[in-house]
This record gives sequence, structure tokens and C-alpha cells, in this order.
Amino acid sequence: MTAKPIPVPTPETQPFWDGCAAGELRLQRCADCGRPYFYPRPVCPACGSRHVEWFTASGRATLYSYVINHRPAPGFEDDAPYAIAVVELDEGPRMMTSIVGLPATPEALQLDMPLQVRFEPRGDVSLPVFGPLEPAR
Amino acid sequence: MTGVIIAGAAETDRIGLLPDHSTLQLHVEGALNTVADAGLSLRDIDGIATVSAPGPVQVAHALGITPRWIDGTGVGGTSFLLHVRHAAAAIRAGYARTVLITHGESGRSRVGASRYRMEASSPVGQFEVPYGVFGPTTTFTIPLLRYMKEFGLTHEQLAYVAVAQRRWAAKNPRAAYRDPVTVEDVLASRIVAYPFHLLECCLVTDGGGALVVTSAERAGSFPKPAVHVLGTGESSETPMISQMADFTESAAFRLAGRAAFAEARIGVADVDHLMIYDAFAHVPIYGLEALGFTAKGEAGAFIADGNTEPGGSLPLNTNGGGLSYTHTGMYGMFAIQEGVRQLRGEAAAQVGSPQISVILGNGGMFATAGVLVLGRQPG
Repeated sequence: MTAKPIPVPTPETQPFWDGCAAGELRLQRCADCGRPYFYPRPVCPACGSRHVEWFTASGRATLYSYVINHRPAPGFEDDAPYAIAVVELDEGPRMMTSIVGLPATPEALQLDMPLQVRFEPRGDVSLPVFGPLEPAR
Repeated sequence: MTGVIIAGAAETDRIGLLPDHSTLQLHVEGALNTVADAGLSLRDIDGIATVSAPGPVQVAHALGITPRWIDGTGVGGTSFLLHVRHAAAAIRAGYARTVLITHGESGRSRVGASRYRMEASSPVGQFEVPYGVFGPTTTFTIPLLRYMKEFGLTHEQLAYVAVAQRRWAAKNPRAAYRDPVTVEDVLASRIVAYPFHLLECCLVTDGGGALVVTSAERAGSFPKPAVHVLGTGESSETPMISQMADFTESAAFRLAGRAAFAEARIGVADVDHLMIYDAFAHVPIYGLEALGFTAKGEAGAFIADGNTEPGGSLPLNTNGGGLSYTHTGMYGMFAIQEGVRQLRGEAAAQVGSPQISVILGNGGMFATAGVLVLGRQPG
């Protein structure tokens, strides 16, 4: 069976993947206009400034939209059907992700439900995925 | 007014399953049919436009054309609409006189076709592919649940898009699927990527087609009635579906439509016939709203009420569309062809004598858009 695809960092995305390896979801924001953004790149997409900085996001998000895929990509045969989701981070930006810890059904996956980041090993990187909020201790 | 006309338009002899045609041969056959349709010879062509692969240099060489103007814009299935727009500018500038725009794609048989591969270090490769995306069925489809929640679109209304287009396809002998279907049939077809069922996803076929674009001053000197290019628009939003600004609307569709309608100096009430690139059943819904034919959130009901099917007030996707006619992968060429046929009065499902046909092309997954306003009269 084909292995699942492994992201290959570039110099401008390396800090993101370093954060994932450390168990942190790191985003960038513009030091001039203040807007956080994703995916990592060295220029603010809102104002064009190159004065941007990294910060550690809360890891909390809500479910923005998804599909439940029944035709698995190579490497995902054992997972089908599986959700491919887009979450809206509490800080504002959205990202694609997998949903873990919940059945891949329309009943279990309600839009706007709160989610929390987790990290899964994938080859030599850690991949951010999202699941239900962990119960308060 | 762009000052140009479509003087020739034709598809390959056959469309559908063509394992005996390479990708390049589909370009060549569509081109030869189109040059003949325009009453021209290949020696009259001095500009060439198509996507890679095979690209404009290969197509021109195969046909023995030596171009003095080349456009290789390749931004997905809407590229051919952009080629028309770019050709209009080139013809006005005097860079070319007679432009040939070709499409050929062995989408199903994959004969002589390039392999699509996304680099693992690209933004899509790092931030989407690792989550198990597998072609357009897993990405183009993702925005819709958000739209359904925001605007109350039902599964039945989505299914009805396929039902309405099948009614057009039933009138078209070249359409791949012609048997009538019901909402129940669509909802009973297997789920490909929830909320999408098989019959809400486009075909995958082989085929091709081409256009000859030239100055409107030459209208009347070709065998077929001239189709005037009255307005054009193009735009792009994002190559990553996850980064689309608002999952309930396409900014690229809206911007390209606004530019084309402004250039043509028309409004939605002037439009007699409409083609909206339908890779999936929700795309016509997004398109109708982006172009202003309905208010936001109302296009699903507009289609389900019968307005776009045979006998309705706004004939939409009258060849049967990507859902029922054909979809090679870059369907935009076929949407233009049907607009031309309707304005010439030679469509299989002819809708009277339309004066204005609008074509909305999509590239990628809501990534790029092109719009053409075509007219029977100069404007």
C-alpha cells in the first residue's frame, strides 16, 4: 500500500513544522497591520508588509466545512470514509485538516462545533489534526 | 464591445470514449474541424492559444502553423475563455489577425496525457494533500456544507440541478447521459464525497474543440453567422480551496462577471441563454448568484422551480453540461461551443433565437474564472 503523503517544508514554512514537532500550532501575523494569517509566507496578504512575526496559536478552532470522502486517496484506504475538513482557528485564519476522535458521519460532525488541535506523526513531521475539546480537568 | 467575433467553432468528430485518439490528436481534429467551419485554411491562422500540455508550440507545429502571437495561459478549465479575451486584445493591437484556440484532452483514456502531480513542498502539497484530498471530488466540494447551513439549500435542491440538466441532455444526441433521472435517482446514487452523490459529479471523458477568433470587421465573410464577443472578464482567487475567503460565494466568478457585463454594457435581464461550468452540481448555484441572476441563497430554489430547464425563463447548460454532456477535465471549451451553437441557431436543444449568451468558466476549484458575453449582433 502507498504511504500517506508527507509534507516537505520550505525555508519559509519550516518554523510552522518545527512548532508542530514541539506540540505547538504556530501562525504568523503582520507586525504592521496586526492580521494573523495562514499558510506561512514572508509577506502579509492583507497589507503587503514584509514585517511579519511568528506566534503560538491557541489551537482552538470551530468546524467551518467538510466532506466525507468515500473514494480514498492512495494511502488512505483503511480510513475511508474519512472527513476532509476546513477549520476556522480562534485567531481567524482557516486551514484544512483531518478530524480525529469523532465518527465520520454528518450527525457527529456539526458545523461550528468547537475543536482542538492535536499532532499526529507523519513520516518525519508532525501533522496538525483536530478533534473534540478535551474535558476540563 | 471587444471588436472581435468567433468566426469558427467545432468539436471533435466524436466525444466520450476515444482510446484511438491521443491528446494531441484531439487538438488537431478539433482544430481542423474549426478551420473548415470558418471556411479558412491553416495558412490563414497567425495566432495560437491553448494550455499545456501539449501547449501552443506543439499544437502549432503539428498543424504547420507559424504563429506571430502565442498564448499559453493555463489556469484550468476556464483557460479557453481567457484565450478569447487575450486574443481580442491582441487582434485590436494588431499582433494577430486570425487566432486559433484549441482544446483536446484524453481525460478518460489518458492517451498521450501528462501526469498530474502536486509537489509535496508546494503550499497545496504541504497544507492540503496530507489530509487525503484526491482530486476535485474532495476539494471543489468542500465549501458546500457551509453554504447549505448558511442558506438552507437542501439535498433535494442540489440533486435537482442534475435532474434539470439531464432534461436538456435528453434532447442532445451527443450527450453521454440522456435517460431522464429524478431527484430520488440522484439521491440514491452512491455517495462520492458527502454531501455529493455520483450523479452530482461531472463525467470524465475524451474530446476536444476549437475556436477561430478574428476582427469583427470581417463579420459576414465566413460561412456561418458571426458570433460577436461583446464582453469579457477574468479573475482568480486562490489555488487552495481551504483559503477561499467565503465558502458561500466565488469572488472570482463575481469579478469576472462584472467585468464582462460592463464591457458588453448589458444586465442580467438582457441574457437569453446561459452556460455555467458545472464540474459539480453546486457550481451553477454559485454561478447564478455571482452573476446576479438571483439573490444570494436563492439559486437552488430558482433551479428547483424549473426556471433553467426546457421551457424555463433562463435556459442554462443546454448541452446537458459537464454532468450529462461531456467533461474532458477542462470543460470550458464545450461551454463556449454550446453558446456559439445557440446564437447560430444550430444547437441540438435550440432555445428559439437567443440574442445574447453568457458563458461562465471555472478553473481549478473556484480558483480562476472567465466570463464571455456573446451576441448575435455587434452590440
